[in-house]
Amino acid sequence: MENMETNISIKNLDLSFGAVDVLKNLNLDIGQGEFLVLLGSSGCGKSTLLNCIAGLLEITDGQIFIGGRNVTWEEPSKRGIGMVFQSYALYPQMTVEGNLTFGLKNAKVPKAEIEERVARAAKILQIEPLLKRKPAALSGGQRQRVAIGRALVRDVDVFLFDEPLSNLDAKLRADLRVEIKQLHQTLANTMIYVTHDQVEAMTLADRIAIMRGGLILQLGSPDEIYSRPANKYVAEFIGSPSMNFFEGHIDDSGFATQGLHVPLQGYDFAGPRPQGPAWLGIRPEHIASGEVASAHPVQMTGKAELIEPLGSDTLVRSRVGDRQIWLRMDGQIKPRPGDELPIGFDPAMASLFDKDSEERL
Amino acid sequence: MADLSTNPAHRAGDRTEAGPRGRRPKRAFSGRNIMIYGTLIVVALYYLLPLYVMVVTSLKGMPEIRLGNIFSPPMEITFAPWKKAWAEACTGLNCDGLSRGFGNSIKIMVPSVILSIVIASLNGYALANWKFKGADIFFTILIIGAFIPYQVMLYPIVILLREAGLYGSLTGLIIVHTIFGMPILTLLFRNYFTSVPEELFKAARVDGAGFWGIYFRIMLPMSLPIFVVAMILQVTGIWNDFLFGVVYTRPENYPMTVQLNNIVNSVQGVKEYNVNMAATLLTGLVPLIIYFISGKLFVRGIAAGAVKG
Repeated sequence: MENMETNISIKNLDLSFGAVDVLKNLNLDIGQGEFLVLLGSSGCGKSTLLNCIAGLLEITDGQIFIGGRNVTWEEPSKRGIGMVFQSYALYPQMTVEGNLTFGLKNAKVPKAEIEERVARAAKILQIEPLLKRKPAALSGGQRQRVAIGRALVRDVDVFLFDEPLSNLDAKLRADLRVEIKQLHQTLANTMIYVTHDQVEAMTLADRIAIMRGGLILQLGSPDEIYSRPANKYVAEFIGSPSMNFFEGHIDDSGFATQGLHVPLQGYDFAGPRPQGPAWLGIRPEHIASGEVASAHPVQMTGKAELIEPLGSDTLVRSRVGDRQIWLRMDGQIKPRPGDELPIGFDPAMASLFDKDSEERL
Repeated sequence: MADLSTNPAHRAGDRTEAGPRGRRPKRAFSGRNIMIYGTLIVVALYYLLPLYVMVVTSLKGMPEIRLGNIFSPPMEITFAPWKKAWAEACTGLNCDGLSRGFGNSIKIMVPSVILSIVIASLNGYALANWKFKGADIFFTILIIGAFIPYQVMLYPIVILLREAGLYGSLTGLIIVHTIFGMPILTLLFRNYFTSVPEELFKAARVDGAGFWGIYFRIMLPMSLPIFVVAMILQVTGIWNDFLFGVVYTRPENYPMTVQLNNIVNSVQGVKEYNVNMAATLLTGLVPLIIYFISGKLFVRGIAAGAVKG
């Protein structure tokens, strides 16, 4: 993304409602054609940020540039954006066609061009048979398709998605997720996508911005966020089940925690090798079990306590000493509660965080 | 028993046992039903009986009324009292019945209803969707207005109207009705527009619709039910108004309610109960018709508006 031309630039953005600061001095540059996902739990300010970019919320301070133009004081309709909402927000009294053309009619687009654009959007989204229907006569998936179509006909450079799939059931969500990704590959325009669902974030994003308390904690590719989380919050937030954490101490020989010593030869430190109290985190999928465990530098024996079969994988909560450790196994292995499991992991796959600042070491 | 397969007892492979099965039978005379229907019947009688007496009496001649059987149906149906109430009864100097008051009431009601609904819906829309500076204070002041007794404001408004040169005119009364309808109607519209999903409003803004565009193209078509409710409130309220009518107009502009009072309470001559009853029914007819017509419209409005955003 580095050599990509910047399309959206947010500079020193502040937003406060009365005494509550929702966004604090936020800076973000989004490249032309990039798919950026804003990810975070509810109340982290991700939707607020999207509304600021759209111009639906008046910002307290800072600037917003879209396509090189300062749009800080522009109306939403003049910013060159299309927006898709969680509740679809289709105009109930208009047909699908009316919904698609409403914005174009407001912008006084010539009739022939309106028809052309609607036909094109309807073809891309396969909603041609629905054009004469009212939103009430559509299913959830169809409604969201129409909502995307409403952004599509605007022929804009930037698409904003505000949790567009949250109201759909699991199967439809997965289908539409693929369609949105396909759409992005076809149109190649900039998309900003707000979600609290990490699967959506990982699968769709070129880059993910993880937000908390109005701040961006980490901005990076899904792979970076997954493998090298910048702090303990990000590490815990991404991945399901969550990363296993060990509280311990780093010294010259490695990471020492109660009943376990982890050599840190393979670990890629973010800075100079530190000393002192720290967290060691390892993802359940990076813990090997069974015979292969003996090949790993760190080895333990765990006792299976709780089994969650998922079909493709099996999640196991095991007990090592007085610790609970989650691990992910192949779905073909079917342990039973009480089984003794040899487990092991490679410290190179682990993450270390400072005990106090919780920043990556 | 033409088709055995539809009878559950004969379904193939029936595994049910003796005892309760399927839907639980409902008893027609359960304690709950007796309470509900009993109360409903008593209340209905309480309201319908006076109406019955009025209708029956208005269709009788005076000799028959003097017999004193107020519940008995008329032996000889006559529409003369209705005609007299409408066109001949005397109020003050005029002897043209209620027809003059009816005309006045229409002339007062129609503009007041339209004006107050237009202004209040715009107020409510602005308060709900375009949070302007001081919106909350404005709204609070408006709501307080709803709790100030009318009597307090009667005389100040007389002075205001006099100074504006509108005292005694229909225009003055229309303005008074419009203003007094504001608090409750604004509250009504504001609450309704607040319940419209905010994202719909945002989507319209992204689509380039402005204040009026969103009001006319998005909000208005979605809000038929609340407009019907507001219309019912205003029509009945303004039609039934007596106080403002008698205070702010001159006799030739008196609304129907004031004229009805003058007919019924006139002291000279014989009390013509049948004419009084007919006059009362005539006056009550407009709100009654509104209820009947818009009741249906109301339900249809709700059904049409019941679309998930």
